[in-house]
Amino acid sequence: MTAQDYNFAYLDEQTKRMIRRAILKGIAVPGYQVPFASREMPMPYGWGTGGVQVTAACLTPDDTLKVIDQGADDTTNAVSIRKFFQRTAGVAVTEATLDATIIQTRHRIPEAALTEGQILVYQVPIPEPLRFLEPRETETRKMHELEEYGLMHVKLYEDIARHGTIATAYAYPVKVEGRYVMDPSPIPKFDNPKLSGSPAIQLFGAGREQRIYAVPPYTHVVSLDFEDHPFVASKAPHDCDLCGAAESYLDEVITDDQGGRMFVCSDTDFCRTRREAGHVGHLGVPVQGGV
Amino acid sequence: MNSIALQGGFTDAAVQSAHAFRASLEAMARPGTLQTVAGATPPAPLSAAAGALLLTLCDGTTPVHLAGAHDCAAVRDWITFHCGAPLVCAEDASFALGSWAALQPVNRFAIGLPDYPDRAATLIVEMDQLEPQGARLTGPGIAAEARLSLPETAAFRANRALFPLGFDCFFTCDNRVAGLPRSTIVEDC
Repeated sequence: MTAQDYNFAYLDEQTKRMIRRAILKGIAVPGYQVPFASREMPMPYGWGTGGVQVTAACLTPDDTLKVIDQGADDTTNAVSIRKFFQRTAGVAVTEATLDATIIQTRHRIPEAALTEGQILVYQVPIPEPLRFLEPRETETRKMHELEEYGLMHVKLYEDIARHGTIATAYAYPVKVEGRYVMDPSPIPKFDNPKLSGSPAIQLFGAGREQRIYAVPPYTHVVSLDFEDHPFVASKAPHDCDLCGAAESYLDEVITDDQGGRMFVCSDTDFCRTRREAGHVGHLGVPVQGGV
Repeated sequence: MNSIALQGGFTDAAVQSAHAFRASLEAMARPGTLQTVAGATPPAPLSAAAGALLLTLCDGTTPVHLAGAHDCAAVRDWITFHCGAPLVCAEDASFALGSWAALQPVNRFAIGLPDYPDRAATLIVEMDQLEPQGARLTGPGIAAEARLSLPETAAFRANRALFPLGFDCFFTCDNRVAGLPRSTIVEDC
């Protein structure tokens, strides 16, 4: 089957109009979850159908697309979504963060600073930050309406009471422009500060839950915390073993069954760029040619 | 319906509407910036930018209100043929189209519900001039401040006071479009 058998970017035009209207309302009300009529996509729910629909509605033939899964360009989810859009939209693709105009991401924000021409599309499993505290949609909707977010602070307080610190490490709730509490998708809380004041447009798509929301550029996003337990963007206390970066978010990789392990950058493009620039980590080897 | 109504739509709908959407997304996400949209050649008095926005965002599920001089046979026929959008009174509209004077009073338009603020109208305001100067804009999407030649400021301050409710605006002039979401703080200067 060839790309000509599909409409540009897979979705039909009526569907794209519906998604585009939802995106614009999401931009107008930062952090508010706009319901949309999510479509069946040729991949299972949970594989990024929301992000794929948002990306499909935003793509133009001039775009360069990058897809990452937990920071990596070369994992199954990233590769299959990238190929999906190569085939149905014929767009250029890249692994370089700086060359991309649209970046679809699962659970990370790239380490490299984003710029004004870029759109970051998040795949979101559960868009409602209050859902695990209050399962009824009618109630959580009312809580957002009334700006009644005390329950979320109780949850963070219970973390402190039980563990001594706020133990929430990912999907850490944020407040957008002082109004809506939002789930930033399951990004590590290390990435939370990058949500605020970003020059890029940030769009969030939840396919199964049928919600789209957005953070416009230069928007104030605050991670919830307490005065005596301020938010801390934590990471593993190591340097990358391949490129030696001290400031990047790390994955822990088990290397044998003797307790051996190594820490490597979760962002593969960031790590490769550093290694090509000559940085070598504790277990790395100097790069000849490309990685 | 005359043959003029059948012309002036997108010639390559998927690609042209994608470009027009990206321009409108940039406009709404970065209030005060001017974006260019092309591809539509609608009948007068519709501007090319307003025509492209209608083709990109409106269809049979979005009631459209035409105000003032835009409520004419040529525009009605063109929208009916190309978008299939029902033409309705101001209170029922998802999209409203006209000059700022013709759209008055703007408090007729849907501002959304407290639990569904997205159910608000989008106004497409046709302007004689559209320049990045005039009223001072601050808020989401704006790094420091932006300027836009708004027709007035009082109505937008009142709209901002309703946040998270309120209507959202596109301003169109020739092939240029600017956005003003309800979240933007508008001041005289």
